[in-house]
Amino acid sequence: MTEYRVKGRGRVNTGKPVKFTFDDRTYQGFEGDTVASALLANGVHLMGRSFKYHRPRGVVTASSEEPNALVGTTRGGKGRFEPNTRATMQEIYPGLKTESQNKWPSLKFDVGAINDRLYMLFSAGFYYKTFMWPRSFWDSVYEPFIRKAAGLGKAPTEVDPDIYASRYLHCDVLVVGSGPAGIAAALTAGRAGSKVVLVDENSEMGGTLLSEPSVSIDGQPAWDWLESAFAELDRMPNVSRMTRTTAIGYYHQNMIGLVQKLTDHMADVPEGAPRERMWRVRAKEVVLAQGAIERPMVFHGNDTPGIMMSGAAQTFLNRFGVLVGKAPVMLTSHDSAWYSAFDMADAGAKVVAIVDTREDVAQALKDEAQARGIKTYLSYTATGTKGRLRVKALRVNPVRDGKVGAAHMLFCDAVLVCGGWTPSLHLFSHTKGSLHWDEEAKVYLPGRKTEDVHIAGAGRGLWGVATALEDGSKAGADAVKSLGGKAGPATYEVADDRTGTGITQKELPTDRSPGKAKAFVDFQNDVTAKDIRLAVREGMKSIEHVKRYTTNGMATDQGKLSNMNGLTIASDALGKEAPQVGLTTFRPPYTPTTFGAFAGYHKGTHFEVTRKTPIDSWAEENGAEFEPVALWRRAWYFPKAGEDMHKAVARECKATRESLGIFDASTLGKIEVSGPDATEFMNRMYTNPWTKLGVGRARYGLLLGEDGFIRDDGVIGRMRDDLFHVTTTTGGAPRVLNMMEDYLQTEWPELKVWLTSTTEEWATIALNGPNARKLLEPFVEGADISADAFPHMSVVECTVAGFPSRLFRISFTGELGFEINVPARHGKALWEKLWEAGQQYDICPYGTETMHVLRAEKGFIIVGQDTDGTVTPHDAGIGWAIGKMKPDFVGKRSLARPDIVAPGRKQLVGLLTEDPKTVLTEGAQIVDDPKQAKPMKMIGHVTSSYWSEALGRSIAMAVVEGGFDRMDQTLHVPDESGNPIPAKVTGTVFYDPAGDRLKVE
Amino acid sequence: MLLIHCPYCDDTLPELEFAYAGEAHIARPADPSKLSDEEWRDFLFIRTNVKGVHAERWRHIHGCGRFFNALRDTVSDRFLTTYKAGEARPDVQTLEAAE
Ligand SMILES: [Zn+2]
Repeated sequence: MTEYRVKGRGRVNTGKPVKFTFDDRTYQGFEGDTVASALLANGVHLMGRSFKYHRPRGVVTASSEEPNALVGTTRGGKGRFEPNTRATMQEIYPGLKTESQNKWPSLKFDVGAINDRLYMLFSAGFYYKTFMWPRSFWDSVYEPFIRKAAGLGKAPTEVDPDIYASRYLHCDVLVVGSGPAGIAAALTAGRAGSKVVLVDENSEMGGTLLSEPSVSIDGQPAWDWLESAFAELDRMPNVSRMTRTTAIGYYHQNMIGLVQKLTDHMADVPEGAPRERMWRVRAKEVVLAQGAIERPMVFHGNDTPGIMMSGAAQTFLNRFGVLVGKAPVMLTSHDSAWYSAFDMADAGAKVVAIVDTREDVAQALKDEAQARGIKTYLSYTATGTKGRLRVKALRVNPVRDGKVGAAHMLFCDAVLVCGGWTPSLHLFSHTKGSLHWDEEAKVYLPGRKTEDVHIAGAGRGLWGVATALEDGSKAGADAVKSLGGKAGPATYEVADDRTGTGITQKELPTDRSPGKAKAFVDFQNDVTAKDIRLAVREGMKSIEHVKRYTTNGMATDQGKLSNMNGLTIASDALGKEAPQVGLTTFRPPYTPTTFGAFAGYHKGTHFEVTRKTPIDSWAEENGAEFEPVALWRRAWYFPKAGEDMHKAVARECKATRESLGIFDASTLGKIEVSGPDATEFMNRMYTNPWTKLGVGRARYGLLLGEDGFIRDDGVIGRMRDDLFHVTTTTGGAPRVLNMMEDYLQTEWPELKVWLTSTTEEWATIALNGPNARKLLEPFVEGADISADAFPHMSVVECTVAGFPSRLFRISFTGELGFEINVPARHGKALWEKLWEAGQQYDICPYGTETMHVLRAEKGFIIVGQDTDGTVTPHDAGIGWAIGKMKPDFVGKRSLARPDIVAPGRKQLVGLLTEDPKTVLTEGAQIVDDPKQAKPMKMIGHVTSSYWSEALGRSIAMAVVEGGFDRMDQTLHVPDESGNPIPAKVTGTVFYDPAGDRLKVE
Repeated sequence: MLLIHCPYCDDTLPELEFAYAGEAHIARPADPSKLSDEEWRDFLFIRTNVKGVHAERWRHIHGCGRFFNALRDTVSDRFLTTYKAGEARPDVQTLEAAE
């Protein structure tokens, strides 16, 4: 047994010692211990350093709201380090490694604590006031400083190898919290036959009863009653219980997110077992029985290790069998701390004193204290502490008629504080339920509800085990009744219940200068009472402003301990009642939650869908490099041995222009527009005229938004009078179909048109180059594809290599080109046939990079690359695609908007660098005079830029203010190191402007 | 996650199946060329941005594919009702009286 472990107390398994390490030192605890309880059993209180001042800090709670005792844990193996694990929640297991945070070189001696001496520098609003000017300091001074200072623990650097599961759950009644109120609710609802789920974030259920073994229920000691209650719940097939399960968020329509920790407490994790499981629960009724959170007291030195919540001390004693001190002083304004004192005295501690800020307490308490020989100080305040790494004494003073009297020291090894209790309303607040200010108790209680929720027990300000049981049972019965069932609340006989009352207060009165007091409100973010008063003096009137100015409540504990004290002090400084000052908003998650739990199965290859074309496997077998385009993976280029991308693309371009290239264009979006009104629909949607487009002909189609800006484009073929084969950009198909459906369903429901997504029905193979027809012609049956019979921009239904096909003659390269659509299942077979037969023409497969170069040489735009949602057809130089005679189409009216017809719009132009070898950087900004004063006026940016093998020089496209009127002007574009590169404005068609290369006989 | 009632499927389904589609009851003018620049600007850009009951469009995009309308309280996110495209906006007081 370690020094502070008490024989015969606690629920840990003393038959099973467990060794673990903290900062490389080995400690022993027992199965059932948390890191915090096991360290305390070894007399260790110092568990961390604070965030801003690096002040030494001890554990202050025994639960999930712990602000100080955050440790790094290693679960074994690469990628399994986690910072900011609460030592009060992490169970120990053999071999667990933990480490303290925010310290260097050691927890006991930390250089960063110099910040503590620079206190004046770090007062409220410090960041806002200090890091403002000069701007250049941001990069070199402020940001590195803030980044270094801002780390709370170390971020993991490896990929997390663990599995995170997720599931849905539907139930009648979800009960959150398994103290007496929660258990009573679950029993009542379960007995009525409801499907009940009871959850608790702790490793075992029982809540406050685990810390109050002396109370008895229905004639049984509390822990025996717990056993029988759990046994009854477990016998009911309609009830399930989940421990280590935190309700992290309460979302709309009674959806609650639960995170269940499955393996973090295990030394030997079963192979493949998930670490955590996210439950998305849709509950018909919810009972919140989350209890209350004990409030610290705000006084100078209140953060010294060894000072903790009195309820935590009681939990460490009764649940874990650990005395947190052998000579504690209680400092309280609530009866509950008196009971903690009695329990500690009965367990062998020499309780030095009970200091209570109230003028008087119940006689029974005073009697019990006297019986145990405990001194009591009523109407006293605490004004300081002795000790830096561990509290040695508490400085106390009497308060008479508002005056603070002479101080004296109470020597001790722990100070156990209770400044009252705050109902835990976080989940209720997630529902946007209103909070009601209880004037008498000075607490917020649940008010108007927006969901089917019942709050029971200490969560709504009630106190005592009997009351909690009664209220919980009523909540369970109410839930059943709301479901239309029948249930009556159960009654419980409770003996030795520790009921009590108390008050809450602002910072404690002191005889010292309040300006020098380090009276902490928020331990984790190092916010003092003085900071909050300073914020108010500097004009912060709402608690939301005070919060952001001081960072009170902004740490990982979301102010569970600090919000109410901060609010009380701020409202005192403002001379207002708390409700007039407000309450900061609680947001999910309730406690810090791993990214893994949210991601669940959606990681790695399951993060999102990878769409592959029917020809993808051929590309992979033939050494393609791939790039993601929307959700597709597309062949990017096909490097031969020793080739980099530049060399491969140059070769692919050359082969295509000189003989024959083959390209997988299957990702093009395809939509079939059919029906008697298909032509009218196309006329209204697209800018182009469609009425006179003959069957068997194709046209470049341009789609605008109603605002006049380019949304999408693609070649559209007329298959029949009432059938158009529409193609869209690779990423644009769902968006275009949605837009078409929108207009068809809601604006023009009278049109008889049907829209069908056919993207994945067709595999599309593009053949480009002077030998394209020579290769293709022998495969085609049922159509004459000679130059005269099948001119550029034609489409025909025929068979290719025996496969039914929609064959287009179109070109996105400037060369003679065909696009062959065959049913997707035949795509790879056709590709292989063409590949084999194409060997005589040195057929070359090319990827998206070569496609981009070839189209850029011709000045063909890519929507989304050369346009950005603010580009009109005129801006892009494709005003010819607008059907001038059409009365209306989507976006037409906007083309006459004042801003659209105003001069100086950014227009798409070509750029040729003075040095033909220099390739501009895509996205680079453009200026006309690089010698102008900074900040320079940027007049546009480079949208596309490539090396053109065909032209033996670089080419680029750019959007430039008034670009069409700047032909032959020299503009300047910075390279990646900022040197200006001169480039001349040109048209965008760099290669074969006359289009002669399409005319291959 | 919200549960949304599709008036075409007549089923209440998870929000994941639906896509939001902006404010409802803004009809495209029959002849946009007749509108002044100001009128066209208002049609394009000016929205009520209401705090309270908002008439808005949703699409059951991963279901029947239909666009429909809804009345939703933008403060609580609560749906008061959903109704088919082309139907008139229901009266809020009548709805609440019926509850
Ligand atoms: Zn539907």
